[in-house]
Amino acid sequence: MSSAREEILARIRQACSGDAESAAASYAEITRQYQQAAKLSREEILGLLTERLIEYDAHVYRARETEIAALCRELFARRGAKRIVVPGDLPGAWQSGAEFVADEDLDARELDRFDGVMTAATLAIAETGTIVLQNAHAQGRRAISLVPDYHLCVVREQDVVETVVEGMRLLEATRHLPTTLFSGPSATADIEMTRIKGVHGPRFVDIVILGA
Amino acid sequence: MSETELDPRVAPSFPKAAKASLRDAQLRANVRRATDTIQAKRHKLVEEKKDWQELRESARQIRAHVLEHLRVYLEEFERNFTRAGGHVHWARNDREAQEIVVAIAKEAGADEVIKIKSMTTEEIHLNDALEAAGIHAYETDLAELIIQLGHDRPSHIVVPALHKNRAQIREIFLREMHLTELGENPADLAEAARKFLREKFLRVQTAVSGANFLIAETGGVCIVESEGNGRMCLTLPETLISVVGIEKVIPRFADLEVFLQVLARSATGERMNPYNSIWSGVTPGDGPRNMHVVLLDNARTAVLADSEGRQTLQCIRCAACLNACPVYRQTGGHAYGSVYAGPIGAILTPQLMEMQHGESLPYASSLCGACYEVCPVKINIPEVLIHLRNKVVAQKGWYAPEALAMKAMASVFRSERRFRAAQRLARMAQLPLARRDLPIVGQDAPTGQDSGSGWVKWLPGIFGGWTQTRDLRAIPRESFREWWESRLT
Ligand code: SF4
Repeated sequence: MSSAREEILARIRQACSGDAESAAASYAEITRQYQQAAKLSREEILGLLTERLIEYDAHVYRARETEIAALCRELFARRGAKRIVVPGDLPGAWQSGAEFVADEDLDARELDRFDGVMTAATLAIAETGTIVLQNAHAQGRRAISLVPDYHLCVVREQDVVETVVEGMRLLEATRHLPTTLFSGPSATADIEMTRIKGVHGPRFVDIVILGA
Repeated sequence: MSETELDPRVAPSFPKAAKASLRDAQLRANVRRATDTIQAKRHKLVEEKKDWQELRESARQIRAHVLEHLRVYLEEFERNFTRAGGHVHWARNDREAQEIVVAIAKEAGADEVIKIKSMTTEEIHLNDALEAAGIHAYETDLAELIIQLGHDRPSHIVVPALHKNRAQIREIFLREMHLTELGENPADLAEAARKFLREKFLRVQTAVSGANFLIAETGGVCIVESEGNGRMCLTLPETLISVVGIEKVIPRFADLEVFLQVLARSATGERMNPYNSIWSGVTPGDGPRNMHVVLLDNARTAVLADSEGRQTLQCIRCAACLNACPVYRQTGGHAYGSVYAGPIGAILTPQLMEMQHGESLPYASSLCGACYEVCPVKINIPEVLIHLRNKVVAQKGWYAPEALAMKAMASVFRSERRFRAAQRLARMAQLPLARRDLPIVGQDAPTGQDSGSGWVKWLPGIFGGWTQTRDLRAIPRESFREWWESRLT
């Protein structure tokens, strides 16, 4: 095995001269003239995120901390979702209107029997209607937000950015964590290039944008 | 078109295969319809992105920088992925890669694996090798499932089953999933796939994937997808094996800010793919415990060593060049006799075969430049095509059978009469605009991009509107076509 490694690396060395020293200098010279900072106001950014998510067929709600329990009751009732899996550290005050089960290494088949999952999010990117989940506070491991068919996801207003660039730079600090970016419910365009919602990931997605 | 062999070693030459495709009216209608749709979506989203050209330029620079420092970044990736609990393997060629994957799967006790769509595993014909070892591979991407159940071959890099319409897909599903009833809306078909695969996701404990990007700095792997089948495969099993071309590495996590933006818009005409997953090695309690990356050379180092062909390795497999190519749009993908179809296939396949097979492919183009115009990493495909044609000629002489056979391909190019007329017109119109130190086609084209000479940044009137080309190669005094035809007649 190692001989394949040595041989490939030797061939690369023969083909190009780049080494560790020249790499740093050459990387620094890469030009990045694309848009990096936000241009919109906070309210416009939240509006843009909402618009994009709705385009993808997600449902979007705004609520304050004091209203979230009531909103959850309403959403779970509307979705007919009775048993909800949650990460162990999801704020208790949010858990209202269903039977909540904290994830403790549940296997895939057990996850498949839940009506839905509720998590927080690391951040959201308005420009592309993208929500970022990480194995971090109140978001749990990747499987729980994947197997159930319905996902209620709470993202805080202050964690919404305008551009992809801003979003990825905020993720720098936690870039080693398993990370999932999702933009709407699962979808496919494999049949005649028509985007249709709902294949293997959650087919029903409600996003709550949480104000202070 | 089922059972088309996509192995350049045994596939018929492009002109021969293309002729068969051209006779298949249904196939042409399906391909035309799908590529029209995807191009319209892409166009709209690229137009709205005001910094598109800046993103493209950064994407190109990062990819070119990686290739120049490939060894540094591969070693860095290996170090970091290993430190994070993963295993890195190196494969010189397809056979070695197959053996590594089979060995890992066997060690995991697998007699079946679930697969995320991956061009690299198609390139090495991994499913056949697994099958020969008694391991059944389930394709889980909807399009790949259609291909697998239909005993067909992929015809497009991003949408492998775009040559099939809904009625044909319904027939395949009815037959192969043993269904008695099935609607024919795309949503019904997707629902059938969901049911068919769910049980496999919940049961099978070994998965095989490719990867869109490897991140050197973090030992990270990134996979973009739409359906969630990828997330299922990379999250639920115990073992995950990712087969990745050595060129797929990028320096830093931050570089994703460029590639995620250009890839989705170019590939599917979306602002972002529905799902992007990024992980670094093993995370206890979250995802597979056994994580393997197989780094595949398979002649990529030979491409790297060719300073003019090297830019081919910048490719991020978005397939925008396929959708834009007038030849691909006429013939579909199977005619290219390789899993890599269209303009990128025309330059990649012969190089991966070290110019021993697929030599007709560099001729499967009218050099119209549409591929270069849409490429998000600015690969100058026409330039590489000409370079490869020269190689074919150097090997086989002017009367290389591949080149001569392309004359029989006139029917593919015929619809482009308008294009050629415009090409001549443009030549006349550009005289005061381009410097006259152009290479004569048929001789070596200059290397590097945007090198200055012979590049027309602005074209007046009809030609500018006709292609919407932003950065167009000055038209040689005699196009390759005219020149070639004049030699033969
Ligand atoms: S060559 Fe460019 S346009 Fe074609 S698939 Fe590769 S990145 Fe996309």
